[in-house]
Amino acid sequence: MAVIQMELTLAPIPFHWQREERRDFYARIADEAPVDNVVLGELICSKRAPFFEADLPRIAERLERGGKRVIWCSLSEVVLKRERRATEDLCAAADGRLVEANNAAALRALAGRPHRVGPMLNIYNEETMAFLAERGAIHFSLPPELPRASVAVMASAAHRLGVSLEVQVFGRASLAVSARCYHARAHGRTKDNCLFVCEEDPDGMPLDTTAGEPFLVINGIQTMSRSYVNLAAHVPDIRSLGVKELRLIPQRQNMVAVARVFSEVSRGTISGEEAAARLDALEMGVPFSNGFWQGEAGYRWIARAS
Amino acid sequence: MTCGELVCPAGTPAALRAAVDAGADAVYCGFQNATNARNFPGLNFTPEEMEEGIAYAHARGAKVLLALNTFPPAGKFGLWLEAAAMGARMGVDAIIVADIGVAARVRETHPDQRLHLSVQAAASSPEAICYYVENFGIKRVVLPRILTIPEIKALMAEIPCEVETFIFGNHGLMVEGRCSLTNYVTGLSTNMDGVCSPAGHVEYLREADGGMTTRLGAFTIDRFGPGETAGYPTICKGRYRAPCREGGYYAFEQPVSLNLAPLLPELMAAGVHAFKIEGRQRSRAYVSQVVSAFRVAIDAIREGRSPELASLVALTEGQKETQGAAASKKWR
Repeated sequence: MAVIQMELTLAPIPFHWQREERRDFYARIADEAPVDNVVLGELICSKRAPFFEADLPRIAERLERGGKRVIWCSLSEVVLKRERRATEDLCAAADGRLVEANNAAALRALAGRPHRVGPMLNIYNEETMAFLAERGAIHFSLPPELPRASVAVMASAAHRLGVSLEVQVFGRASLAVSARCYHARAHGRTKDNCLFVCEEDPDGMPLDTTAGEPFLVINGIQTMSRSYVNLAAHVPDIRSLGVKELRLIPQRQNMVAVARVFSEVSRGTISGEEAAARLDALEMGVPFSNGFWQGEAGYRWIARAS
Repeated sequence: MTCGELVCPAGTPAALRAAVDAGADAVYCGFQNATNARNFPGLNFTPEEMEEGIAYAHARGAKVLLALNTFPPAGKFGLWLEAAAMGARMGVDAIIVADIGVAARVRETHPDQRLHLSVQAAASSPEAICYYVENFGIKRVVLPRILTIPEIKALMAEIPCEVETFIFGNHGLMVEGRCSLTNYVTGLSTNMDGVCSPAGHVEYLREADGGMTTRLGAFTIDRFGPGETAGYPTICKGRYRAPCREGGYYAFEQPVSLNLAPLLPELMAAGVHAFKIEGRQRSRAYVSQVVSAFRVAIDAIREGRSPELASLVALTEGQKETQGAAASKKWR
């Protein structure tokens, strides 16, 4: 198989960052980060969107001037009227940009038109992919828990179907979503009177076990891994499988530096080992994990067998 | 159209018979592998047991629903197709599916087979439910445990299929089909392997003070004082520490059971087609007791009498219970 030209995809910001912080973040991404695609919008909580959605068109244009492709993100949980409406409007807007569907409501609205499928939809096998590909899906971002063995099978099927695949290689893994807001709960509130307390934790609220082990991170209705997934050392292998895009989850870290490392390793200008060493050197203060990829417990960091 | 069909758990052939004898309108069960979401040792049915169970239920006017409600990882899809083919050949009354690929292939290979949409598909809006109905001919959707009764009513007015709601049993907190907490800790996946906090990874450690620490894999899930009863270490029912809290707290939910018995008259008035009792991991005696109590209550409501709700409430005696999201959106 010809060596594939890989692309980097910056996932939507999962956290409730302040409006100015978002603008600054994307300005820097537009100017400095070697990412090819940026998925923009709110994935987790519909209550947050009004704080920044007015800025999105300008942010999108700015990113496009920086040479990035912009993709709109659809909400992962669609229950309330305003969430249904938002999903419908997003999918109906014909502004020439693709939508990443993260809920079956979006799949329905997008059927028959080209669209992308996000990691909050359960794409675990080639049959699901084939069904969606027939109805307009052209790209699939796989769930972070899918192990290499399954991604390999998916990749050959994707090649036959003429669609592309994406694997999360950096950042906290989404482990669960709920109807309940755990950020609000921690502060003795409910989702309806949360007072946006999640903005106090721009990289998520840490949960430790009562024995003091660092365990999980809370982000509103979402539970994430405490560790950052880090598949830098595996990128040459991921490329050899035929996966086209590498997904980076924004963290409160130097994402430009992170993107540079993944850009180099995806182009083969540095080795997987070198990429891993450079990420270590960024000293992010958060443990890394790669267990899911190797079919092991997700929190684990398994050094490569030499 | 049915209203208030009582759908009961059958983790074993003995539980199936107990549920049918106690008045279940339908039982749900799965094969002994990853194709169903309760893939626990000692549970579920061999093909022979499934065939016998179907005969037993059908002879007594009860239906059998096959749980095929996990997500086959690429490379293992055949196992799910085999299970569906066996179920269809044996004459199950419906197959409960969650995965889009599974739904598509079962629809194609067994076009006459009735399909229900599992709660694992997490379809919580009319648009999402319609997507499955339009594409796979789904006849009934099992609703996530996150909706209030007014929301259930509004939803029913907008969808062209039956609805089934949970009324009793374990109170799952996470959106079903979207939780990989167990895989993060143990390397076994709820979606792909059908397990949640697998027993093989559980540890109970007696402390010097007589208390008990419960662990799953490498992580402490809870710690109980000398007088407290130690609960099973399910990740979303554990106590943890957060910077804004003093000491351990139930970050997700207390270990409570769901019991919508007090809301049963309202749910029936809303026209909910089926009520699901959770608990395929429960004993035959438990199944028998819970099913009988709900049978009596549903029959009473149908005949215009007020049901004996006290007996239903007593079923969770000693254990805290909740009406979860159904009673009020304040729960969220």
